[in-house]
Amino acid sequence: MRWPVSSATRVAQSNQPQPAQPQSEQALPEQAAAVPPAAPPDKTGVSARIPADYSSYRVVAARHPWRWVGTAVVALGVLAVAWSLATNPRWEWGVVAQWFTAQSVVNGLVETLKLTAISGVLGFVLGFILALMRLSASPLLVSVSWTFSWIFRSTPLLVQMLLWYNLGYLYEKISLGIPFTDVRFFEVQTTTLISQFAAAVLGLTLNQAAYSAEIIRGGILSVDQGQLEAAAALGIPAWRRSTRIVLPQAMRAILPTAFNEIIGLVKGTSIVYVLAYSELFYTVQVIYNRTQQVLPLLLVATLWYIVITSVLSVFQYYIERHYSKGAVRNLPLTPLQKARKFFATHAAVPNRRNF
Amino acid sequence: MTATLSAPTATRGLVEITGVRKSFGATEVLKGVSLTVEPGGVAVIVGPSGSGKSTLLRTINHLEKVDGGHITIDGQLVGYEIRGDRLHELREKEILKQRTEIGMVFQNFNLFPHLTALENVAEAPVVAHQPGKARRSREEARRRGLELLDRVGLKDRADAYPRQLSGGQQQRVAIARALALDPKILLFDEPTSALDPELVNEVLDVIRELATSGTTLIIVTHEMGFARDVADTVVFMDQGQIVEQGTPRDIFSNPQEPRTRSFFSKVLEPAFNI
Repeated sequence: MRWPVSSATRVAQSNQPQPAQPQSEQALPEQAAAVPPAAPPDKTGVSARIPADYSSYRVVAARHPWRWVGTAVVALGVLAVAWSLATNPRWEWGVVAQWFTAQSVVNGLVETLKLTAISGVLGFVLGFILALMRLSASPLLVSVSWTFSWIFRSTPLLVQMLLWYNLGYLYEKISLGIPFTDVRFFEVQTTTLISQFAAAVLGLTLNQAAYSAEIIRGGILSVDQGQLEAAAALGIPAWRRSTRIVLPQAMRAILPTAFNEIIGLVKGTSIVYVLAYSELFYTVQVIYNRTQQVLPLLLVATLWYIVITSVLSVFQYYIERHYSKGAVRNLPLTPLQKARKFFATHAAVPNRRNF
Repeated sequence: MTATLSAPTATRGLVEITGVRKSFGATEVLKGVSLTVEPGGVAVIVGPSGSGKSTLLRTINHLEKVDGGHITIDGQLVGYEIRGDRLHELREKEILKQRTEIGMVFQNFNLFPHLTALENVAEAPVVAHQPGKARRSREEARRRGLELLDRVGLKDRADAYPRQLSGGQQQRVAIARALALDPKILLFDEPTSALDPELVNEVLDVIRELATSGTTLIIVTHEMGFARDVADTVVFMDQGQIVEQGTPRDIFSNPQEPRTRSFFSKVLEPAFNI
């Protein structure tokens, strides 16, 4: 292909007066005449062979006007709510602030946390045992476990609570001895044994156990049977098989629902107000019955419940992440890592296009 | 690829299966199967789906309880012990002990997904009770695990989780895991059936290498070329019975039974010659 090259050199040289050959002399004016009317200069003739170069253009992102409208409307709504919360004097934020960290409220909060922790732990331990019973080969264990869940899931928690508290009415004394004989190792008055606290823990624990048994059973069932076979074929002992192979995998299915339950339990503890047990909610009630500042004090309790739930949600995120090892190819970034990555890529190079 | 197994002794790993029967509900899947595999021998079981191959394999390590007949390994009953004139079923602890001498590789690998490749291999030696052997320390099991992963060509993936490995790599980890207890016998239940065709050979190569190590291998497979290469004995099963068994040459090129002949005429490619 010699012709185009020689023609180009001649075109370049043709500015200088030279004894040019007729071929190139004619080609030049032709080109010059053709080029100006076409919009992008220099591009028309080449496009068929060489990929066009767009690097000099500025990129303008697609516009989403309705997204902006939607964002504006929602922002306005949020602003309005915030504004009314801040400016409506009847929320009485001063009162809220005054009571938020008051000694009695904090004491109530501690009681709430204590009830949640004790009945949460005991409930899940008992639930685990019930789940294993339900999965066992013994028909008796299966039906006892089933009946337990059936009874405690069918009775309102409020009724259970009052029943436990009034156990002394049904059974005056509780004793430990040999059944159907007169041998007694010890004996106590039911009313001294079942305090408000004991009744609250008993009610919450048994109720929680009934629900968590089902959650744990579901988690265990979600683990592939082949895992058990492989462990058995390797001679791994039964207890180790449960704790090392099955449970860690079951946890992925158990955790989201279990945290749902625990968060429910945090607020569920407020039901023990029927026993006049001074946890957070009962404390707040006592205060507003005295001061008549009903809404601000309910707000105090609500804010504390929100704080507890938020803390639990953070725990949930990290625990779930821990157990997702091996289930996902790569662990998702934590919010902290995401933030760091965002600042590393965006803040370092300002004024770049943000994708 | 050094032979790191304890010195292969030809006296370990004699498998004798005698008149084994097994039913699932009303279907009898094993109808009195008898088979002997010599120590260090390689038996390949072939046959159509549903012929009872996998069930037979699973009775050898007592994953399936037999309804009749018995299985012995080096003369010791699997799953039972003789007391007086009765066979008492062993307690789970004893069965688990017996299983440590019988490695098993599954069709779907069954690796523990929440443990790394190395953790998969090093778990059993630390926690399983092996007859006549002390349990290994974590450190020792890790070292041995790395040796075994090296042997299957996966030393550099020791810290990968199963989901980060290809199917062929997962199956090779599963083989290393089965080797970790120095078993007398290795059972392979269709080890390449869940693999892409291009990944099959990397697994078969590992098994081929094991075939010369002195461990008794019993392999259920549909890979006829592999069976021809590696087997001492090819066993053809159909409808819960052993129809015919013999050397690969006899079975593939000169089958006696019409059922064997019709099966191979379907599964062997026309160009497949011995």
